[in-house]
Amino acid sequence: MEELVNLFHGFAVALQPFNIMVMIVGIVLGVLIGVLPGLGGANGVAILLPLTFSMSPTSAIIMLSCIYWGALFGGAITSILFNIPGEPWSVATTFDGYPMAQKGKAGEALTAAFTSSFVGALFAVVMITLVAPLVASFALQFGPAEKFAVYFLAFCSFVGLSKEPPFKTIAAMMIGFALAAVGLDSITGQLRLTFGVTHLLNGFDFLIAVIGLFGIGEILLTMEEGLAFRGGNAKINLRVVLQTWKELPAYWITSLRSCLIGCWMGITPAGATPASFMSYGIAKRVAKKGNNFGKGEIEGVVAPETAAHAAGTAALLPMLSLGVPGSPTAAVLLGGLLIWGLQPGPMLFVEQKEFVWGLIASMYLGNLVGLIVVLTCVPVFAAILRVPFSIIAPLILVLCAIGAYSVHSSTFDVVLMLVFGVIGYLLKKCNYPLAPLVLAIVLGDKAEEAFRQSLLGSQGSLGIFFSNTLVSSIMILGLIALFWSVIQQGYTRIRGGAATA
Amino acid sequence: MTTGSSSNTGPTHKLVEAGITLLIALFGVIVIAGSLKAGINWGAEGPRAGFFPFYIGIFIVASSAINLWNGLREDNDGLFAEWGQLRQVLSVVIPTAIYVGSMPFTGLYLASIIFIAWFMRWLGKYPWLTVLAISLGMPIVTYFIFERWFMVPLPKGPVEEWLGL
Repeated sequence: MEELVNLFHGFAVALQPFNIMVMIVGIVLGVLIGVLPGLGGANGVAILLPLTFSMSPTSAIIMLSCIYWGALFGGAITSILFNIPGEPWSVATTFDGYPMAQKGKAGEALTAAFTSSFVGALFAVVMITLVAPLVASFALQFGPAEKFAVYFLAFCSFVGLSKEPPFKTIAAMMIGFALAAVGLDSITGQLRLTFGVTHLLNGFDFLIAVIGLFGIGEILLTMEEGLAFRGGNAKINLRVVLQTWKELPAYWITSLRSCLIGCWMGITPAGATPASFMSYGIAKRVAKKGNNFGKGEIEGVVAPETAAHAAGTAALLPMLSLGVPGSPTAAVLLGGLLIWGLQPGPMLFVEQKEFVWGLIASMYLGNLVGLIVVLTCVPVFAAILRVPFSIIAPLILVLCAIGAYSVHSSTFDVVLMLVFGVIGYLLKKCNYPLAPLVLAIVLGDKAEEAFRQSLLGSQGSLGIFFSNTLVSSIMILGLIALFWSVIQQGYTRIRGGAATA
Repeated sequence: MTTGSSSNTGPTHKLVEAGITLLIALFGVIVIAGSLKAGINWGAEGPRAGFFPFYIGIFIVASSAINLWNGLREDNDGLFAEWGQLRQVLSVVIPTAIYVGSMPFTGLYLASIIFIAWFMRWLGKYPWLTVLAISLGMPIVTYFIFERWFMVPLPKGPVEEWLGL
């Protein structure tokens, strides 16, 4: 009940005229980011972060989260109209969305995608409203060992659930931790890993890393692959929208299942991409028209879009309640909170009630605004996508440079951004995941602090991480997540052995 | 967009991956060396500054060794990229590096105008009128959005000083 009262206060904050304007601007910018090749949610939010420096933290986070929702919506436009997934989580949408567009059903496919995205996000926001305060109040009992255990669980989940080879994930993650360690040690006040370079005194800012790794790296990859635009006209009108809405309730089981898959994958930091693939795969296996998947089946659009949006939204639950982001974009949002002096985690719900509930209310409104904006503006966004890459690419590169410079007003950061860009290109080509690297830069300091404080309390004994039921349970969950693929393989082998016996 | 030449030669994936893995391992060694310098044992405040990064460095070296082993064992004779594709990538990296390097001297606006103009004219082969419109238009829009409306100062050079911006 208290949550409902808080939520209504949140709506009062989010419905202030300035915040509504910020919401619309954020959604439009987000859709643009989702549509443009070479720009993704994480680095889009990072580049535009400086725009929010002059706003109140609540308005700023509303704008940034709306950019995030917009980017989630935007990915579907390019997937369906041009068979080019603007975001990795939109890949599964191309399987049936593009064939639908080729059959002249682009309007139906887009309406189904946007509506499913909205349903997935709404489900996840309701979940966050109900669960986040409980998780936060539970997390208030956490000491340093429990905090470290939560970080351990988050990072182990990345290793266990990542589709990239586990040792590459570990290497990428450890590079992130090492970069986070550069500069002033927050506990002893001593300088480390700077090797006398004064520019490194403040360490590496994760925003610079995000802009370089994701933004520049993606442009370089696109430049290499080449880009051919081959889209049809995007016609979407009220009749098509209403017709599709009439059809969609028939797929409520697929929607519900995709919502659950998405929420689960968002909270465990597997993210929106595996969620969309898993949801599509299961839908294909169990749907009545499963054999038609890949030929332009509307259910094949509903499943991945619902799951991707549910996962993208659910990734904010651990960020708000525990201070552990579930996705790279959530990590950038977390960084934004830290810039405004807000400490994400359980205390945020106690100390910054207005902010938290304003944000949660804006999630409801932002997604509704997003749905309206994308349904009405598809032709405009599709026209933007026809602007050739040789115009878009330099504009994005200049925007990246502006974003990197604005973080600390330092031209050295712009150089760093380019270095990170080349590193991102090489790592991505060699199948190293970038998300755990970024998360480790963001959380490295905090994880280290919790680890060292725990060891200080136990005089150096690692037994502290198994000293009570709570911390042991989280650590064991972490170990299970770490060895998940091995456990799965063993289980399959045992089942296979039993079947042949 | 122009595309690179489609010759089917280029560095092998295995070779480049081994190189990247060795560079990561080298980074791990640098982290270990830096940690040793900062101190990896216990001090008055508990574990010293180098304690945590030291083990991180060890993890980096160890995981790189495993990745190198796995990479060399893999039966992957594919190309990392064709030479034409790499040329295409370098045709962006080098001008971007010059753009970034010139920014402290020329300021962001002038550097951006030249960079966008070069990109559009050289890679896109656009007529000069289109090139001028976009390369001048983008920095002007940027100026108003960032500096005027959101009050985020961007690096300026002699031209902006001369214009009194």
